[in-house]
Amino acid sequence: MSIFDYFRSAKKDTASIAKERLQIIVAHERNQRNKPDYLPKLQQELLEVIRKYVDVDQDQVEVQLDNNGNCSVLELNITLPDRV
Amino acid sequence: MAKIIVVTSGKGGVGKTTTSAAISSGIAMRGHKTVVIDFDIGLRNLDIIMNCERRVVYDFVNVINGEANLRQALIKDKRAENLYILPASQTRDKDALTVEGVERILNELAADGFEYIICDSPAGIEHGAFMAMYFADMAIVVANPEVSSVRDSDRILGILQSKSRRAERGERVEECLLLTRYNPERVAKGEMLGVTDVEEILATKLLGVIPESETVLKASNQGIPVIHDIESPAGQAYSDAVGRLLGEEVEHRFMSVEQKGLFKRLFRRSA
Ligand SMILES: Nc1ncnc2c1ncn2[C@@H]1O[C@H](COP(=O)(O)OP(=O)(O)OP(=O)(O)O)[C@@H](O)[C@H]1O
Ligand SMILES: [Mg+2]
Repeated sequence: MSIFDYFRSAKKDTASIAKERLQIIVAHERNQRNKPDYLPKLQQELLEVIRKYVDVDQDQVEVQLDNNGNCSVLELNITLPDRV
Repeated sequence: MAKIIVVTSGKGGVGKTTTSAAISSGIAMRGHKTVVIDFDIGLRNLDIIMNCERRVVYDFVNVINGEANLRQALIKDKRAENLYILPASQTRDKDALTVEGVERILNELAADGFEYIICDSPAGIEHGAFMAMYFADMAIVVANPEVSSVRDSDRILGILQSKSRRAERGERVEECLLLTRYNPERVAKGEMLGVTDVEEILATKLLGVIPESETVLKASNQGIPVIHDIESPAGQAYSDAVGRLLGEEVEHRFMSVEQKGLFKRLFRRSA
């Protein structure tokens, strides 16, 4: 099957692909910008506290705020380094 | 009280200046005293689209700096009775615009009896674009049916909802979407995002759909805002949008292939 056939047989037209991709990225970006301003600073300070005890990288500390109806959940995810 | 309307997009080259020229002309032709301000400092272009590039003596930044007064800088449009143009400066850098300076000029224009103040924003989300939208009561978000433009429109909507003066005061900027360079044939073929898709993604009220049209280039070649071309679909679509902006109920057209076909047939018959 040539690439050409692949495109022709694919059900989805390119406009639908565009729409789907946009819906995902727009939802993600809206979620980001609805976050309170203090989040990056909170993340930074948490990282500093954790680093007093364990050696972790910046990207090993994940802070996420999820809104579920009228309550928000602050989720903290820290990946500790492998024990050797 | 003057209504301040920003024409903005995030992405460049989507049709903000074309729209600012058309919409301001259309509002003025309906009898409202209107001014259109070019906020694209350093890249002045509204003047050439409106055919007044050789009449520019003083500009927006001159007025802000007190080097000229508004009366000296405003250019009276030769086509639309109630329309004035405030050109951007061509030489200064965009930091010449300050919140206080822009506010003072907007207040002076309102005191002068201008009913509508149209702000043609530069592309991007930097200082110039921020200045153009900060005082807005209403925003026309211009988008093309294309992924990067739609995504940028959403970013601009976010900025309007958080950084504008109205947002700071807990009020809302009235936002509406103008989808330009629309090609119903390509939408029908599934090659281009349709108007309902874009509306759904952005969840913003639709002001109008402006079809992709050769007449837009012809209009800009001559320095005649395309709304004056009453035979062209783009001109008519802008006219409809102005009607809606002023609160009229105007049905949307030029959104589907059938309608366009009918139009062509009507035209051929009358020709
Ligand atoms: N409906 C349309 N049909 C065809 N061409 C169009 C249409 N609208 C705009 N254009 C063309 O697109 C180009 C960009 O338009 P314009 O200068 O208005 O965009 P802009 O958003 O102001 O750009 P910038 O971000 O550089 O300020 C111009 O060449 C213009 O003629
Ligand atoms: Mg422009």
